[in-house]
Amino acid sequence: MGDLSPQIREVARSLLRDEKVDLIIGYEQGSLPLRTSPCFIRNPDEAERLVWNPCCENNLATYLHRATGKVGIVAKGCDARSIVAEIVERQIAREDVVIIGVPCQGVIDRTKIEARLDGREVLEADVSEGLITLRGEGFEETLDLAEVLCDGCATCHHRNPPLYDVLIGEPVPEVEDADEYAAVRALEDQTSDERWAYFANEFSRCIRCYACREACPCCYCAECFVDQAQPCWFGKGDDLSDVMAFHIVRAYHVAGRCLDCGACARACPMHIDLRVLVKKLEKDVRELYGYEAGLDLESVPPLATFRLDDPQEFIK
Amino acid sequence: MANKKWQIASPKIAAFLDDLLKTHRVFAPVKRDGLISFEPISEGDEALLDESPNSRRAPKEMFFPRSETLFAYEEGEITVVPLPDERRVVFGVRPCDARSLILLDKVFDAPDYQDPYYVGRRKNTVLIGLGCNHPLSTCFCTAVGGGPFAVDGLDLLFTNLGDRYLVEAITERGEALVADSPYFREAAPADVSLKAEIAARAEQAVSGPSVEGVKEQLDTMYDDPFWDELHEKCLGCAVCTYLCPTCHCFDIVDEAVNAQGQRVRNWDSCQFPLFTLHASGHNPRPSGKERMRQRVMHKFRYFVENFGEVACVGCGRCVRECPVNMDLREVLNAIRSRKS
Repeated sequence: MGDLSPQIREVARSLLRDEKVDLIIGYEQGSLPLRTSPCFIRNPDEAERLVWNPCCENNLATYLHRATGKVGIVAKGCDARSIVAEIVERQIAREDVVIIGVPCQGVIDRTKIEARLDGREVLEADVSEGLITLRGEGFEETLDLAEVLCDGCATCHHRNPPLYDVLIGEPVPEVEDADEYAAVRALEDQTSDERWAYFANEFSRCIRCYACREACPCCYCAECFVDQAQPCWFGKGDDLSDVMAFHIVRAYHVAGRCLDCGACARACPMHIDLRVLVKKLEKDVRELYGYEAGLDLESVPPLATFRLDDPQEFIK
Repeated sequence: MANKKWQIASPKIAAFLDDLLKTHRVFAPVKRDGLISFEPISEGDEALLDESPNSRRAPKEMFFPRSETLFAYEEGEITVVPLPDERRVVFGVRPCDARSLILLDKVFDAPDYQDPYYVGRRKNTVLIGLGCNHPLSTCFCTAVGGGPFAVDGLDLLFTNLGDRYLVEAITERGEALVADSPYFREAAPADVSLKAEIAARAEQAVSGPSVEGVKEQLDTMYDDPFWDELHEKCLGCAVCTYLCPTCHCFDIVDEAVNAQGQRVRNWDSCQFPLFTLHASGHNPRPSGKERMRQRVMHKFRYFVENFGEVACVGCGRCVRECPVNMDLREVLNAIRSRKS
């Protein structure tokens, strides 16, 4: 892939110098191994901070909810789709965002690395040529990068941003034959009791921190349904029904808009399997309406419009 | 006064816990769904005794639960929920988390107010600590008044010596738990000196920001532009506050249908916009800037003013789990190096 960081820095530098944008949102080196951190720069000489590597895990599109003025934003395939979705939903004007598109071959899933290391702490990590070397107290291990990429990345069909103002590097080959719905189908094949048991166990760990909601580029309501008190739709305690209701209703609220960027599951401190829930709805929308979110500025999410030929066999 | 010391062979710990189970509810670290958490065990050998890192969630929730019913009501009649009086043992508490309870005591068990729900649990719970032979790189307990083998808040301290553990009584209550147990024998000098070596090495290994001068610096920084950009990457979720062993903010709500319901106390977070939203619609902390400032000020300035201690035990959970790698250690360093 080569190191794209210098190109990103150059683009950022010139955008700021030429005052094409007031702010650039990108990634900078994190304070821990395997981490980068969202970074907000306003001066050309800060462009040196920007980096690009398989640890650039966050979906930065979520920051456009609060952005003012003109913003340049570094965007992977999924992030760029989120930005398209935000433009379609009128959360940001097309002319107020400069998309610095970066073709992506996947980001690292740190929980997979933690599982492989079984409690041993990573102190240093190096990625090169499809391998990742992890070093800690008394150990060094090299793994195939492919083994520790996010599951969503392994089956991603949109590695290249579908919309961009600048493209960094060369487009990468898209994945042709990966089955992105395998986990969804495994659950579809279960009985509803088995599914309920699975999700009840997953959501029993939920601490209502709302990291999933805050990390999600689709979630931008000024007042979230779950925070309402008058009327109070759902309890705010730890009754499992209330907890599951939050997640199920949120999944419905992002249905037709979610593009499986994985930010929700990645943000969750309790490692709840959030992706499979929204992935099921994403699959349903695709099958019912032939729609995938965030690919072009003209298409409207199916739950925000209607067509005369919409499937309606559920109406008896 | 020297505290009593024993040693116990590692395989005997499960039997010790089994004995405790006869008279107490016993909580211990277990691995559940890939994460370490304190759960009630039914058999001693369920307890995780390896070199695993600390639990994802802090043990504070055993004293200050994420959600608890304070009382129920129906048509004006109040039914008080029975106060907790179950005898409990928490095995494997790390010194940072034990210290956090001392800090929470200042809020929930103060001269002017004792929270009956919290105090009931504190009184009835014995804390068996486990020293940290291998602190993580994200630990900074020594910078905030603690240490990997500190004993504040513990009744007993276990130290892993390899095939056996050194066990030290910190309180009479802890001593009573061990005194009649057949699995312990008096510690040998070699046990004690090995523990001292392990502890010294662990203390050396802990690095982290100093908080010296942070309070004084924060006293001058309320209107400092330092806060303008610090918060920008913060998502405004509650991962840091909920995983934090010392954070203790809560919201009280009634969950009711007409005149029948219950009053519930739930965790709340100063990082949520809703936290300070007034009924009028005014919000004195309208953006992430004010909320991030509040978090830092509360822990490192206001709590110091009110209670004489920093409200942080250096456990590192916020550093490890923040979805955007907001690193409190970097924030503290930046505050210290800020010239007013």
